[in-house]
Amino acid sequence: MATYQLQINGKTLQADVEPDTPLLWVLRDSLGLLGTKYGCGIGQCGACTVHINGTAVRSCSLPVSAIGTKKVTTIEGLSEKGNHPVQQAWDEVDVAQCGYCQAGQIMTAAALLAKNPKPSSEQIDTAMNANLCRCGTYHRIREAVVVASNKITK
Amino acid sequence: METIEKTSRRNFLKIAALSSGGLVLGFHWSDSAAATFKVVKDEAMLSEHNFNSYLSISTDDIITIFSPNPELGQNIKTSFPMIVAEELDADWSKVKVLQAALDTKKYERQLTGGSGAIPHSWERLRKAGATARHLLVEAAAKKWNAASLALVTENGRVIDKANNRSLSYGELVTDAARIAVPADVKLKDKKDFKIIGKAIKNVENEAIFTGKPLFGLDFYREGMLHAMVQRPVGFGMKIKSVDSAAAKAVPGIIDIVQFKNNVAVVGKSTWQIIKARKLLKVEYEPEGTVESTADHDRLFKELLNSKDATVRRKDGDVDAAFKTAAKVVSKEYQCPFIPHNPLEPMNFFAHVRPNGVELIGPTQTPDRARGEVAKLLNIDPEKITVEITRLGGGFGRRLYTDYVLEAAELSSILKAPVKVTWLREDDMSGGTYRPAVRYRFEAALDASGNLVGYKLRGVGMNSGNPTREDNFPSGAVENLLIDSVEHKSSITTGAWRAPITNFLAYAEQAFLDEVALEAKQDPVQFRLNLLEKAKKTPTGAIKYDIDRMKAVIELAAEKANWGKKKNVAQGFSVYFSHRSYVAQVAEVEIKNGKPTLQKITAAADCGVVVNLSGAMQQVRGGIVDGLGHAFYGNLTFKNGEPEQKNFNTYRLIRLKEIPEIDVHFVNNGIDPTGLGEPALPPTGGAVANAFFKATGKRLYNQPFFKQDALEGVQLGTKG
Ligand code: FES
Ligand code: FES
Repeated sequence: MATYQLQINGKTLQADVEPDTPLLWVLRDSLGLLGTKYGCGIGQCGACTVHINGTAVRSCSLPVSAIGTKKVTTIEGLSEKGNHPVQQAWDEVDVAQCGYCQAGQIMTAAALLAKNPKPSSEQIDTAMNANLCRCGTYHRIREAVVVASNKITK
Repeated sequence: METIEKTSRRNFLKIAALSSGGLVLGFHWSDSAAATFKVVKDEAMLSEHNFNSYLSISTDDIITIFSPNPELGQNIKTSFPMIVAEELDADWSKVKVLQAALDTKKYERQLTGGSGAIPHSWERLRKAGATARHLLVEAAAKKWNAASLALVTENGRVIDKANNRSLSYGELVTDAARIAVPADVKLKDKKDFKIIGKAIKNVENEAIFTGKPLFGLDFYREGMLHAMVQRPVGFGMKIKSVDSAAAKAVPGIIDIVQFKNNVAVVGKSTWQIIKARKLLKVEYEPEGTVESTADHDRLFKELLNSKDATVRRKDGDVDAAFKTAAKVVSKEYQCPFIPHNPLEPMNFFAHVRPNGVELIGPTQTPDRARGEVAKLLNIDPEKITVEITRLGGGFGRRLYTDYVLEAAELSSILKAPVKVTWLREDDMSGGTYRPAVRYRFEAALDASGNLVGYKLRGVGMNSGNPTREDNFPSGAVENLLIDSVEHKSSITTGAWRAPITNFLAYAEQAFLDEVALEAKQDPVQFRLNLLEKAKKTPTGAIKYDIDRMKAVIELAAEKANWGKKKNVAQGFSVYFSHRSYVAQVAEVEIKNGKPTLQKITAAADCGVVVNLSGAMQQVRGGIVDGLGHAFYGNLTFKNGEPEQKNFNTYRLIRLKEIPEIDVHFVNNGIDPTGLGEPALPPTGGAVANAFFKATGKRLYNQPFFKQDALEGVQLGTKG
């Protein structure tokens, strides 16, 4: 066991866990941040996507010991009031079916748009292809990324 | 009923906090029309008996509607309340929706499966709304001393237009509660629907996009133990020996428990049990048959020629028809086992105490879960409560209760609250798969290309009856024989979204495409001709609606501009399943020298569309699901052990690979007939038929992806 002071969603949060514990399980089991989901544990599905210093990262494959002072953002911290343009777009387009993959989808989309506010359809496809949606909401994911991009760049 | 009381209390507190006067109207709805209203004045009265099956209205106009059925993405939690709100003329912006816990006294068929929730509850929900509306109108009439017929309702208010006055429902609830409940109420004319048929957003959108803990896996309780179960690595195996010393030494591990054919690792956190699990040394030995995919491939050939098949339907004299046929077409189609793979893996929470059992988690069948846990623990089902969380997908997997039983058994052994979590690997190797099936279709054509004989044999691994003997084209062919043979496999199978038809429809629709070609008929016209024949000169029983099927065929053909597009290869398919009808046209174009699937046009008849947004997504999602599994879904076995255990080796369709999907609904005004499954079955056939048109090559077996015929063929519209 070791103690980690993590910079998560603008706060310093403390966790006592083994160094090899993936960030995903630290968030879920130790910190009660349950928006970040487990889907595969091997970096294939994207359900566990969070931002590390603004970049989309698979938290299931990132040991807590590797985080240090880097800034972690989870779906709970994406915006204070749930009104990040991507969240608004996800609502407007009514993307979610079961909803399980959507936190990961939103985090991937938000990271893409932060770096590239006006992505081409190819760039959207490439970024979002990393996240599985078993319910098949892909059409609406595409559409919502465009809606969010328009909100950001207007 | 401890949990239900607790849940009710919690839910009620929410409502109470919303309502200024703390006055809540409870409305009971039992199977008979014996409904009663009660005004609940204080918290002490808020027991489950004062709780409304479907709705309550607070004095400050908040309408709370309870959705009894498990939500797994079929959008029931939005559609059910829409139906109640429609008849109530509620203001949708003031409607709150809550998931009800299991309560067989109040709700019927509290399960999600078979695309049946809306068809089953449609009338009941409408009556609930209409009854409440009636009482509110009567209350207003009494208050104003007006004739109730002169009053109208709109947006949560009773309005007296002639006298220019109105009262909100909240202002009327207290009086409404004193009005006798009518034995019967008048329902709206469908053409007056204002909420039903609209695209209404998922009521849980905000909770989803802000990451609220909604799902079973998100359930945590102070002091609960985490457990992970090592099940036999292969089907037909049993434990030979267990060495748990290394696993036990992992920090945080509380216990290693052997039960039935399983070993559970129990600890304080998920990661600790994952680590310990890897250090478990369990040896297995065969118990009964241990099968491999290669065995199945051999078996299929034998079963197809078996002498003792179970006859499912027999019309006329097929032998004679085939003997005298001018042409015989015979083709075989095979599909592998596939797992459901909902993105949220199986998990459940159980707390077994001497005086009762609490079960919380994602299940499509809460009642079944309760019954089986009662049997397992030998206790009265009345002592078990089931709280239903949101389900991160189901696809049929959560109709089964194996994972609920594991949680209950472990909690009873450990005498502690336990959450069992399955890893993806467990989920994919845990069984209840869509069975592997092979079909042989045979058609006899006369000299003028008429279909005069039809044979189908379905053989499968634990597949039950893998045919739908009364589906189209049965009834349209004078001489027909449908039979099946089942191999009892040690690999467990179960219902997978659109059970059996998820592959049968593909095989049949791909076959009919070949038959149409041999008969020198356009594939669409060929189907329409058969339907015409079934209508004019039916053979045997006809258990599908000929007109509804015809209508979706014509609508899909029209919307896709069937047969009129240049440089586009179109493929057609239509299927009836779960009471609904869906036709699809797939379009393949050559992009960068490669045939690519560009578009699928779908026409669906599910009766009245309740929520246009949800319905659109059910159809698109069903098509994406059908397409993805037709292309990639493949679970193979070696010595009983699945060879694919996670998404690195088991491929699911991704965003880049989807074609454009254009959805149309037949608007015939009939009561809803279900939409969770029916869009999936036709997809594979339409797509394979379009690829044939483009390449001249037929696809027979799934997954398409590993077939030579597909060389150069891929998903993704960019080529
Ligand atoms: S859980 Fe991390 S990528 Fe699937
Ligand atoms: S919405 Fe269910 S997995 Fe994406």
